[in-house]
Amino acid sequence: MIASQLPVLLIVLPLMTAPLCVLLGGRRLAYLLALTVSACVFGISLALMARVLQSGPIHYDIGGWQPPYGIEYVVDYLSGFVMLFVSAIAAIVLAYAPRTVELEIPGSKHTLFYASYLLCLTGLLGMCITGDLFNVFVFLEISSLSSYAMISLARTRRAPLAALRYLILGTVGATFFLIGIGLVYQMTGTLNLDDIAHRLPREGGPRTILVAFAFMTIGLCIKMAVFPVHSWLPNAYTYAPSAVTAFIAATSTKVSVYIFIRLVYDIFTPEFAFDLLPLDSELTTLALVGIFVASTSAIYQSDVKRLLAYSSIAQIGYMLLGISMGTQEGLTAGIVHMFNHALIKGGLFMVVGCYALQLRSVQLEDWRGAGRTMPWTSMAWALGGLGLIGVPVTVGFVSKWLLLTTAVQTEHWAVAVLMLVSSLLAVVYIWRVVETLYFHEPSGRAARAKEAPLSMLVPTYVVIAATLLFGVWTTYSAGLAGRAAAALLGAGS
Amino acid sequence: MIDPDNLIWITIGLPLVALALINLFGRSPNLREGCTILVSSVLFAGTCLLATDVFAGGRPQWTVGEMVPGFSIAFRVEPLGMLFALVASGLWILTTLYAIGYMRSHNEGHQTRFYSCFAVAIFAAMSAAFSANLFTLFVAYEVMTISTYPLVTHHGNREARDGGRVYLGILLSTSVALFMMAVAWTWSIAGTLDFQTGGILRTAFERGQISETQLGVLLGLFAFGIGKAALMPFHRWLPAAMVAPTPVSALLHAVAVVKVGVFSVMKVAVFVFGIDLLAETEVSRWLCYVAGATILLGSLVAMTKDNLKARLAYSTVSQLGYITLGAALATPDSVIGGGMHIAMHAVGKITLFFCAGAIYVATHKKNISEMRGLGRAMPFTFIAFAIAAISIIGLPPGGGAWSKWFLAVGTVENHLYWLTAVLMISSLLNIAYLLPIPMRAFLSPADTKPPAGLREAPWMCVVPLCITAVGTVVLFFASEWIYKVLLPITAGS
Repeated sequence: MIASQLPVLLIVLPLMTAPLCVLLGGRRLAYLLALTVSACVFGISLALMARVLQSGPIHYDIGGWQPPYGIEYVVDYLSGFVMLFVSAIAAIVLAYAPRTVELEIPGSKHTLFYASYLLCLTGLLGMCITGDLFNVFVFLEISSLSSYAMISLARTRRAPLAALRYLILGTVGATFFLIGIGLVYQMTGTLNLDDIAHRLPREGGPRTILVAFAFMTIGLCIKMAVFPVHSWLPNAYTYAPSAVTAFIAATSTKVSVYIFIRLVYDIFTPEFAFDLLPLDSELTTLALVGIFVASTSAIYQSDVKRLLAYSSIAQIGYMLLGISMGTQEGLTAGIVHMFNHALIKGGLFMVVGCYALQLRSVQLEDWRGAGRTMPWTSMAWALGGLGLIGVPVTVGFVSKWLLLTTAVQTEHWAVAVLMLVSSLLAVVYIWRVVETLYFHEPSGRAARAKEAPLSMLVPTYVVIAATLLFGVWTTYSAGLAGRAAAALLGAGS
Repeated sequence: MIDPDNLIWITIGLPLVALALINLFGRSPNLREGCTILVSSVLFAGTCLLATDVFAGGRPQWTVGEMVPGFSIAFRVEPLGMLFALVASGLWILTTLYAIGYMRSHNEGHQTRFYSCFAVAIFAAMSAAFSANLFTLFVAYEVMTISTYPLVTHHGNREARDGGRVYLGILLSTSVALFMMAVAWTWSIAGTLDFQTGGILRTAFERGQISETQLGVLLGLFAFGIGKAALMPFHRWLPAAMVAPTPVSALLHAVAVVKVGVFSVMKVAVFVFGIDLLAETEVSRWLCYVAGATILLGSLVAMTKDNLKARLAYSTVSQLGYITLGAALATPDSVIGGGMHIAMHAVGKITLFFCAGAIYVATHKKNISEMRGLGRAMPFTFIAFAIAAISIIGLPPGGGAWSKWFLAVGTVENHLYWLTAVLMISSLLNIAYLLPIPMRAFLSPADTKPPAGLREAPWMCVVPLCITAVGTVVLFFASEWIYKVLLPITAGS
């Protein structure tokens, strides 16, 4: 009985617990509640994924209303996969969080923080699971609003401003998306994703459809932080509390990418987006320019959080490269890079949180020589960094290799060459930090620092170990991504 | 008797066992290093056992599984790889013994890290030697680059940082931008990455999928992309790596790392292109010129160096050129000569490095000009130096005589008489920059009296270098056997 209700429990559970966190009042209680619930949510996603693997996609009608009249939840390979890693990262980051939260967020606001965290998780999972276009918007707003709130909770004076900038751009993005939804609804008279896909005219159709697609694409591009509409991201990541950055950086943009994949491959079909419209060449160009511009900016940052933020913008470019190739292999590369990058960036931001706690600074100059005093944290940085560079035996290599072979096979020579060259820029910005950690005598803060507490190191190493494990064992990362891509293209054609 | 197929994973796994033991007993040096010696001895025994099967015509194989969908990690042992594995694993025992003497008398720090990285590097060398396809080879190659970086930068000072920068910068950027591209390109043309006798590109070439010019470009991507082969102008990393402690320079930068480079070049020439294809199309002709230039220039630069390790490094650059030349000449004799030179040069050059380290341990002298008259105080070291130098030069009774002979035969077969001249001139240069060192040590009176009590380095340093010096002579008499075991790799498809 309960098993058949899992799809809705996935959403209801964190949604209902969030207000409870505030109402119960106790800080520790709120934390324990949030941790338990996020662990449960991870368990549910695991169970859902297992069922999808066993017996195919799950359709769940909310309240028993038949789609397209009622709202439908759909768990298929793609949404199951994304929900799985989003909930996993959420649970691990929460396990890691308490020490940094104590440091970075005023005590009176802890309950609010945990409530927002759960709401954000709800929103992200909801975007994945729902089969209703308007619902996507609603969940998008839930996750966005709660992230603005979480960012502004930080003690730093700049955090509220960063949150406000994010709010403004985020709202612009969401509004664009909403306008697109309105136009689609006007043309098709339905909000159910499957139904829209069936009703949209195959051969172009009226201009309204094009406009709707354009609005939605641009709205999502802002949310994904695609170059050149990425400007909200560096400040938001830099000034947010460490745990928030780790969580949002690993999940939030990826879920927007997920919606974008749905939009292009499921609803509008690649023929529409890539053949009728030149979206593929446009995205490829933007992605490549973005990769180079953002990676170069990353090299010149003195704030490590900002460095990683720019790197995130670059990495979104790699996902877009894969998605806009239009082949199954390319799509697989794009999807698996969502997962791989979530692990890498989540892990690295967790490492940054360890330094922030022990050194009270995320300025690179204060990290000098910390390799001696914080050996485990520093090794975690090096290992995670290797993943970001894309060295074999890490997840980064899996994405890079898949992307490269696809580019070569489809004779996108320029893409192949530029992609490889750009990955060398990652070597520069990662190694700048490695050299600062290891090739200086510890001075100032670093000399007095102690190794980060186990309560943070253990979750960090779980994520870092995952970047290595899924670098050699890809049955459930690239394998699942491949099945998701096959399902998307099978349905599209 | 153990099944040869099982011996593959045993031998590849043993360095990882060593890694685990080293870290387990990190607190007690004697136990830690005892374990290393024990495991390396077992490894050598296992490799010998495997060799009896491979040299008798067996081709044991072991497929681990797919690392990235469609690309598997697989091993298949052929004579060339077997020879390389024998050399690497055999010299690991001696180097460990030597390292114990060297590291302890220098009171070096971080010794557990040192031995750990060493074990990983050997693991990578074994994996590369036994690799069954280009994908596996590439992965092993990259693992080796990363695992040797902490060894190169072991001292953790500014000099080490700068050396490490050049090391990682050149090796990573060539491998990512060129080697990886070449592997992907090969895969898209040939449809496979498996090493096969006679090569895998012939069919594609005959079908017109790749033109002669493109074959030349592809060969260039491989030859320069495999930066570890130190072909000029990508040789700068090798002198830069000399900031490492001497045992590292000895095993890694005379044997394992550089030999993985030239070994990969030979593998590509023989099992990807196929020497018949190279000979027919003459696409490797330009590589002969580059290799010839590297041989000559390397020797010339070596003459100008007063620092002994720097001189040996440039000598290595030059000698690696011989092996690349052997692959580029693409006749059976030249390929066998190149393969043979992997072993000959390894044993000779490691002896020279051992000597350089022993001199440094005993006298703290790095420069050749300061080594006059030391011979009488350190007779074993300098006699060993002289014997090894004779082998490197290519004079009987050193093993190098035979490999250089076969290479010279290869140049004559190609009617490239001026290359024959280059080989001779280079040998003369070798005499000029190597032999004066032991001669002055024995014959010229010391400028200043050596400090009283100066004597040989600890026996742990001296014994290994005597063994390897004797080894160069043994190899002279074993050359016919090496010729016979290598003969099968030159067979046509």
